[in-house]
Amino acid sequence: MLEVKDLTKHFIVYEKGIILKRRLGEVHAVDHVSFEVRRNETLGLVGESGCGKTTIAKCILYLEPPTSGDILFEGKNITKIFRSGDRAQVLALRRQMQYVFQNPYASLDPRMTVADIIMEPFEVHKHIPRSQWLDRMYELLGNVGLEDYHAERYPHEFSGGQRQRICIARALAVNPRFIAADEPVASLDVSVRAQILNLLQDLQKKLGITYLYISHDLSTVRHICDRVAVMYLGKLVEVAETDELFENPLHPYTVALMSAIPVPDPKHKTSRIVLPGEVPSPINPPTGCRFHPRCSRAIDICSKVEPELVEVRPGHWLACYNPWPSKSAPAGQN
Amino acid sequence: MSYPTVDPVLRVVGLRTYFYTFAGIVKAVDGVSLQVNQGEMVGLVGESGSGKTVTAQSIMRIIPSPGKIVDGRIEFEGKDLLQMGESEMQKIRGKDIAYIPQDPTTTLDPVYSVGDQLAEVIMKHQKLSKRDALAKASRLLEAVEIPDPGVRINQYPHELSGGTKQRVAIARALSCEPSVILADEPTTALDVTIQAQILDLLKDLKQRLEVAIILITHDMGIVAETCDRVTVMYAGQICETGTVEQVFEEPKHPYTEALLKSVPSLALRRERLSVIPGNVPNLVEPPTGCRFHPRCSYSQQICIDKDPMLEPIGDGRSVHCHRWKDINLESPVSS
Repeated sequence: MLEVKDLTKHFIVYEKGIILKRRLGEVHAVDHVSFEVRRNETLGLVGESGCGKTTIAKCILYLEPPTSGDILFEGKNITKIFRSGDRAQVLALRRQMQYVFQNPYASLDPRMTVADIIMEPFEVHKHIPRSQWLDRMYELLGNVGLEDYHAERYPHEFSGGQRQRICIARALAVNPRFIAADEPVASLDVSVRAQILNLLQDLQKKLGITYLYISHDLSTVRHICDRVAVMYLGKLVEVAETDELFENPLHPYTVALMSAIPVPDPKHKTSRIVLPGEVPSPINPPTGCRFHPRCSRAIDICSKVEPELVEVRPGHWLACYNPWPSKSAPAGQN
Repeated sequence: MSYPTVDPVLRVVGLRTYFYTFAGIVKAVDGVSLQVNQGEMVGLVGESGSGKTVTAQSIMRIIPSPGKIVDGRIEFEGKDLLQMGESEMQKIRGKDIAYIPQDPTTTLDPVYSVGDQLAEVIMKHQKLSKRDALAKASRLLEAVEIPDPGVRINQYPHELSGGTKQRVAIARALSCEPSVILADEPTTALDVTIQAQILDLLKDLKQRLEVAIILITHDMGIVAETCDRVTVMYAGQICETGTVEQVFEEPKHPYTEALLKSVPSLALRRERLSVIPGNVPNLVEPPTGCRFHPRCSYSQQICIDKDPMLEPIGDGRSVHCHRWKDINLESPVSS
């Protein structure tokens, strides 16, 4: 349904000051990334902060113009359409693709009531007649588990979980077929997190929505996603079906990431792989495989030639010269 | 609670801390009791707004206005911290009881170098010259596994990454060989792989220095992996307390059960997550009786009418629930 082809996004860093700004370098936020999202599936995009997850989602929706690469939605090259700036066509695309932001405290206008927030897309897109606006708004509130009387309230009267429901209702207002959900539960409490994850799953079943689910939290990813793509420093390192990835992780970074997650079971004995050091700067990423300075399995070639993402097993893609052998990785979770 | 073998290093009894706001009195901590022994890591878990941080701030006596500690005792080395004058407290704060705050970015002073910040604490509590204090600071940076301590000591906080800043905050907490460390969500602002490094460091320090640590967190996974005992908080009160094995394998309070069940698991994939209905209550007007009753699936009339006692149930465990004997709770861990 959605195909990302060779997507690259570089941000240019300038020297401080107003005149005579010198170019200091480029942040390689996303570097030659390709993947696809299939109809009605949830694709998880996982990685640590700064690895480029959010940038990818923003490039897909053209909230950030990509530096190069193409994005195909239903076979159409949407980057071209966005770039052309043809308002009617752009709005038509926006009705199909929506975004749910990470922080529900910052993404709702505090001076608008919930009704205004949810009905604003109607005003922009004019896709339904004004006489139906109120009915549709109440229907959306019901869909996300809010009550009719919430409509006249302002965002500050709601808890984080309820605000995220409002954000989801706003995204649903244009009947999208694709939603990029950027860490939708990261800022919520554990007991409320489960409510929102269940809501996302219910909506998918009911409305047939495709999700790109961005998260740094592998346990919610395991719960909600059909396939998972793991990112490190602007590159995809491993892509596979969720069960395959969790039972049979191959890339040393995936394995380390999984073993780093604390398991809520005191009997569980972790063979934790603690990664040395920190994520390097994306301004000067390491040569070869970007993970090699922290990798325990690095061999000579890793620092010289960048590995390609290749299909190593059916549906399991990997960019690594010396992966963990199948089924024997000390993932610690199995 | 009975611990016949050792005397706790720190014991909090019936602590109540209220905030006197315009909207009313917020009972942020309402009758909290807990204790920590030497060389032990106690987890204090709960959701945001459950009173974990206020409990830690009460122990340090750094409650921001308009908060006040209205009742309770905090026993440390045979003395009640709440009866002490401020000057006496200053000798303990930072020296015997140290605090690792949640966000290292905001708690390190941006205009002082790492070395100066550490030396300031050392010189305040120990009679050392600036040069000796800096030498000690450098050894501390080494103890918390910061590479190149000689370089780092002259750097300013903005030159350090989040993980390194948190290590500096830990070094500062360790600088005067405290007997108790309060670590308030020390890894929440960090990435998982860095979190693993910091948790390993804390566990290692606990074993090497035999320091007592109270680890405040909302992550049940962190508790299970690092703590010896755990105290679960909800809306300013203790739900239950016990060893990690006891609480995770046989939870006695419905909130603990619900919390364990609502966490998605890496190991097994469930069709739907079980959900705790509703939201954390408003503490200006907390629910009557047991504060968890509106969200509890086992609640009965007595839970609405009467606040239960924190009741010792043997094996060093206590539970704050009327019905713990009647209900049969299950844990996703034991199954």
